[in-house]
Amino acid sequence: MFLINCPFCGEREQSEFKAGGEAHIVRPKQPTELSDDEWAEYLFMRKNIKGVQLERWNHIHGCRKWFNIVRDTTNDEIKAVYKMGEKPPI
Amino acid sequence: MKNKYSIFSLIKNALSNHENWQRAWRDPQPKKEYDVIIIGGGGHGLATAYYLAKKHSIKNIAVLEKGWIGGGNTGRNTTIIRSNYLWDASAGLYDHALKIWEGLSQELNYNVMFSQRGVMNLAHNLQDVRDLKRRTHANRLNGIDAVYLNTEEVKKFCPIINTSPDIRYPVLGGTLQKRAGTARHDAVAWGYARGADEMGVDIIQNCEVKGIKRNGDTVEGVDTAKGFIKTKKIGVVAAGHSSVIANMAGLRLPLESKPLQALVSEPVKPIIDTVVMSNAVHAYVSQSDKGELVIGAGTDDYISYSQKGSHDIVEGTLNAILELYPIFSRMRMLRQWGGIVDICPDASPIISKTSVKGLYFNCGWGTGGFKATPGSGDLFAHTIANDEPHKLNAAFNLNRFVSGDLVDEHGAAAVAH
Repeated sequence: MFLINCPFCGEREQSEFKAGGEAHIVRPKQPTELSDDEWAEYLFMRKNIKGVQLERWNHIHGCRKWFNIVRDTTNDEIKAVYKMGEKPPI
Repeated sequence: MKNKYSIFSLIKNALSNHENWQRAWRDPQPKKEYDVIIIGGGGHGLATAYYLAKKHSIKNIAVLEKGWIGGGNTGRNTTIIRSNYLWDASAGLYDHALKIWEGLSQELNYNVMFSQRGVMNLAHNLQDVRDLKRRTHANRLNGIDAVYLNTEEVKKFCPIINTSPDIRYPVLGGTLQKRAGTARHDAVAWGYARGADEMGVDIIQNCEVKGIKRNGDTVEGVDTAKGFIKTKKIGVVAAGHSSVIANMAGLRLPLESKPLQALVSEPVKPIIDTVVMSNAVHAYVSQSDKGELVIGAGTDDYISYSQKGSHDIVEGTLNAILELYPIFSRMRMLRQWGGIVDICPDASPIISKTSVKGLYFNCGWGTGGFKATPGSGDLFAHTIANDEPHKLNAAFNLNRFVSGDLVDEHGAAAVAH
C-alpha cells in the first residue's frame, strides 16, 4: 500500500490505480514477420525485476490516463513519475 | 539411520523431558561438488531432492536455501489441497499430487496432518453455475471425485453459510471435492527435509545463491554465500524469486511476482469443518487445528517482492467473508502476512528443461502451489534425472509460450489469479 503522484491529478492512494506492468516494451513494427520466439518474447517474457523497475500505471479511478513510474519493487518506494513518451528520469 | 517416530518413541522421550530427541536433519557445510543442486528449500525443493534420492538413486544432492527451510511460501500459504482443475493436463498433475498426499505421513514417518475435510467451491451467478457444472463433469471424466450441490445441499454441508437470496451475491450452488482438504504446511517441509537428509542429501541453510556459472550452453556451478559449488545439474525451485535466478543465468521467464496475502483470526472452538472457497467474491476460509480461521485474500496487481500487500485487498476479502458468514462479524483478526507468488500468463506452472543444458525450472505455481508439493517434487525429480519430462508434466514446459499450447486455468482455477 502506497501513494502514487499522478502527473495529472496529484497524490492519490494506490488503490485508485491499475498496474500496467513493465514499461517500454516496444510493439512490433512488422507483426507479420515475427517468429514464434519473438512473439513469445513480446507477449510473455518479462524482466520481473527485484529492485528498481520502470512500469506503466493507469489512474483508472481518476483521470484514466496512462503514465510511467520508477519504483523499487523490494520496498515499493517510488523514485520518479514521468509521462508517456518521456525518457525515464533515472 | 534415523530413529522412527512412533507412540513408543514419544513415551520414551517424554521420560527424559524431550531433551534427547535426535536431530531431524544435519547442518552440513557445502561440498566442492554435487551431482544435482536444488536452489530453494521450500516444500517443492525438498520434495524434489527427496524423490531424486529415493526414486532415481542420486544421492550426492544439495538443497541451497537462502533463509531457513520452509520459511518462504511453504510457511505462508493457506494449506488447501484439492485437484478439481478443469483441463486434462492440470487434472493429471494435481491429482497425482493428491494421491501422494493420501499416503504421505506413512511414507515419510512424519505426521503432515493431512485432513480430507472436503473443499467446497461456491457459485454466485449463472455463469459460475455453468462453469462449476462443466468443471464437475470434466473432473469426473478424469476420475476425480466431484459433485455439484444446490443451495440447500451447500447449506446442509456447511450450515454457517448465509444462503439467503437477499445478499448481494447469493449462493446459487457449489461443487464439493470430498478427497480434498488441508495439511500442516511446516510439517511437509520438515518431513521431506528429514527424509532427504536420511538418504544423504545436504540441506544447506543461510546459503543464498549469488550467481549461476555457465560455460556456453551448459551449467558449471553456482556462486553462493558460502563460496562456489560445482555441479552439472541445477533445479531451480525459487517461487517468487524464480525470475531473479533466471536472470543470473541470462534467461527470461514469463513470470510476474506479486504479493499474496493471508490472515488468521483469534482461535475459537470448531465452527467450520471444511474448506469453502468462493471465486466470484474472492473469499476462502477454513479452520486450523489450533482453532484459527484461516482466510486467503487476493494478489495485488503490481509486481513487488516486499512480502506485504495492500490493505484494500484484505478489506475486500473480509467484506465478502462477512456477507457469507455473518456469524464471524465480531471475530478479531490475529495475524496477517504476505508471500511473493510467481504468476504465469496462463496461471499454470512450469516444470521444465530450459535452453541451457543442466538448468531446470519448477516455477509459476502462482497462488496455488502448496497443494501440488509432493507431485511437483516427484515430477521435477523425474525431469532432472532423465533430462526429459514425465508424461504428467510434459504439457507444463517452458516452450508452450512459444508454441501457444497454453494450459489456461485462469477461469477454471477455483480462485481468480
